[in-house]
Amino acid sequence: MEFSRRDFLAIGAGSAVALALPLPAMASLSDDAIAAFTGGAEIGEGGLELIAPEIAENGNTVPIEVNAPGAVSILVLATGNPTPGVATFNFGALAANQAASTRIRLAGTQDVVAVAKMADGSFVKASATVKVTIGGCGG
Amino acid sequence: MISRRDFLQVSMAASAIVGASGFGRWSQLAAQQALTQDQLLEFETFGNISLIHVTDIHGQLKPIYFREPSVNIGVGNNSGAVPHITGADFRRAYGIADGSASAYALTYNDFSALAQTYGRVGGMDRVATVVNAIRADRPDALLLDGGDTWHGSYTCHHTQGQDMVNVMNALKPDAMTFHWEFTLGSDRVNEIVEGLPFAALGQNIFDAEWDEPAELFKPYKFFDRGGAKVAVIGQAFPYMPIANPGWMFPEYSFGIRDEHMQEMVDEVRDAGADVVVVLSHNGFDVDKKMAGVVSGIDVILSGHTHDALPEPVLVGQTHIIASGSNGKFVSRVDLDVRDGQLMGLRHKLIPILSDVIAPDPMMRALIDNERAPHEAALREVLGQTDGTLYRRGNFNGTWDDLICDALLSERDAEIAMSPGVRWGPSLIPGDDITREDVWNVTSMSYGAAYRTEMTGEFIKVILEDVADNIFNPDPYYQQGGDMVRIGGMGYRIDVNQPQGSRISDMTLLSSGEAIDPAKSYVVAGWASVNEGTEGPQIWDVVESHIKKLGTVSATPRDTVTVVGA
Repeated sequence: MEFSRRDFLAIGAGSAVALALPLPAMASLSDDAIAAFTGGAEIGEGGLELIAPEIAENGNTVPIEVNAPGAVSILVLATGNPTPGVATFNFGALAANQAASTRIRLAGTQDVVAVAKMADGSFVKASATVKVTIGGCGG
Repeated sequence: MISRRDFLQVSMAASAIVGASGFGRWSQLAAQQALTQDQLLEFETFGNISLIHVTDIHGQLKPIYFREPSVNIGVGNNSGAVPHITGADFRRAYGIADGSASAYALTYNDFSALAQTYGRVGGMDRVATVVNAIRADRPDALLLDGGDTWHGSYTCHHTQGQDMVNVMNALKPDAMTFHWEFTLGSDRVNEIVEGLPFAALGQNIFDAEWDEPAELFKPYKFFDRGGAKVAVIGQAFPYMPIANPGWMFPEYSFGIRDEHMQEMVDEVRDAGADVVVVLSHNGFDVDKKMAGVVSGIDVILSGHTHDALPEPVLVGQTHIIASGSNGKFVSRVDLDVRDGQLMGLRHKLIPILSDVIAPDPMMRALIDNERAPHEAALREVLGQTDGTLYRRGNFNGTWDDLICDALLSERDAEIAMSPGVRWGPSLIPGDDITREDVWNVTSMSYGAAYRTEMTGEFIKVILEDVADNIFNPDPYYQQGGDMVRIGGMGYRIDVNQPQGSRISDMTLLSSGEAIDPAKSYVVAGWASVNEGTEGPQIWDVVESHIKKLGTVSATPRDTVTVVGA
């Protein structure tokens, strides 16, 4: 386990932000971003893979990967961050595959959400909970 | 072919002794005479491949006592499922007679009485005898080490793991995966691994900078055995930089990475593997979940959570084998592999009863040689115990009560915290407590005993955080240890609540007052994962405390109220 006051404060600060904003407001920031991306269209599931660690080794740099064969665009959101928008990856007609990886910063334990726009104009969504923890004690 | 019969042979033999002599009345000699090495090793060789699994030895070269937990709660889908049953429930599930050798090896009841009857367990010289006997049956048996090997004792600490490396090299494993090894620091780990005469495996050991598989650790290795191609894939402990100090091995990244595991399984299958074995340090519940997510694994040799199970657990087509800890068990798994398929499996969890299994003379000489320079320091008697000193249990154990008492007293603190690790042998009433015994439950490369102030609110955040690492209903969010042990403070925990709502009724025991979230308390603890933690080493703190006490009174405490188990 980890007893660093500094690290705790970092996490605490994240939590404080999350608490300061009423949850609906937080959710609506992400919802708004998704609605803007989809134009309010129905969102399905499947065909989009979002790979993220279950527990972040370092909340300041969390590797994530999205992969949606046939997508023209993928939106990535960190729903628990004060500013949820992370990235929108656009794939041109000549792109060999429709996958991207990057590292993101997470303010605390939260869901990372990806929405892909497919070539036929449909949308699919995937999400993963990434835990930011002060640590435990191994066996 | 998952055979209950093989294990029952052991328990039946022991029951016969009970019938003849009555509970707890037969002498150690009788137990030794009635239960023979041949009985413990009895195994009808099966199929064409043998696997030998050892794991979580934690530096224990010599026979020790090891009490299994009385409290081991499973949550979510694992509530009440093995390995989360203990005591009489465990014996009933596997048909084990009370008072039998199997009961002694696998459950906690009557531990000190049965320990006097059946004696110590483990010892790498006994393990060598068992490994050699299996190899006599099947000369090309694969010996696989699940990790947590180069950690956990006085000699291991002082030789930076070299004593264990020398002993294991003599045992000639075929492959190994890792966890506490990394707490030697990446320079030392790299140095040892570069010279290892066997495969160092971990499909989830990545280069932290590039997030690509680390060069030094291969994901898998092929072995040609019994006319079949065996693929062994390694899976290191996923949460190393979180549960242990990441600053000691900053070049490495881990994680479960089950999608990469699937890629590796597909890759070895495409390359012609007839059978796929995963040598894992995931912990049992994580392995169970992974077996349901990743397809194509035949056998998972499971480590980390120190569970010992007399039968494999089957998830889909995947057999999961749990082989205990501290050198107390060796698993033999025989496989019948034909036409690119696993046709059958026979398994036996062999308890290493050190009075029954003869030590291998060469290994004994090697171990004694490793210990010789430290023998005087190891043997120094610090005090005695009038009760059983043990660690395992989700919330507390008498060893950690003693360690917390030492922190409160020696560091003049109001509240003490001791990490919920699962390693560390037991002592029985009347035993001397030697320096070696103290190191067996404390030795590590980050053992500084800090003293600091924490607010009541922060203490609750720590408890909630650690509790979620154990009781999160999704095994992928579990780290495999136990709850942080608390001295000087009681609390109530509802294991089925979400993080933030499990802990309540925090009470300072010295005053009986409720913990005030806003007030600061003096807290002493050890094993912080933060770089630059200051304080005396924990083993010195505990040694000083025991010397002052003389005789330790080890009575189980009930300062934690558990709800929802």
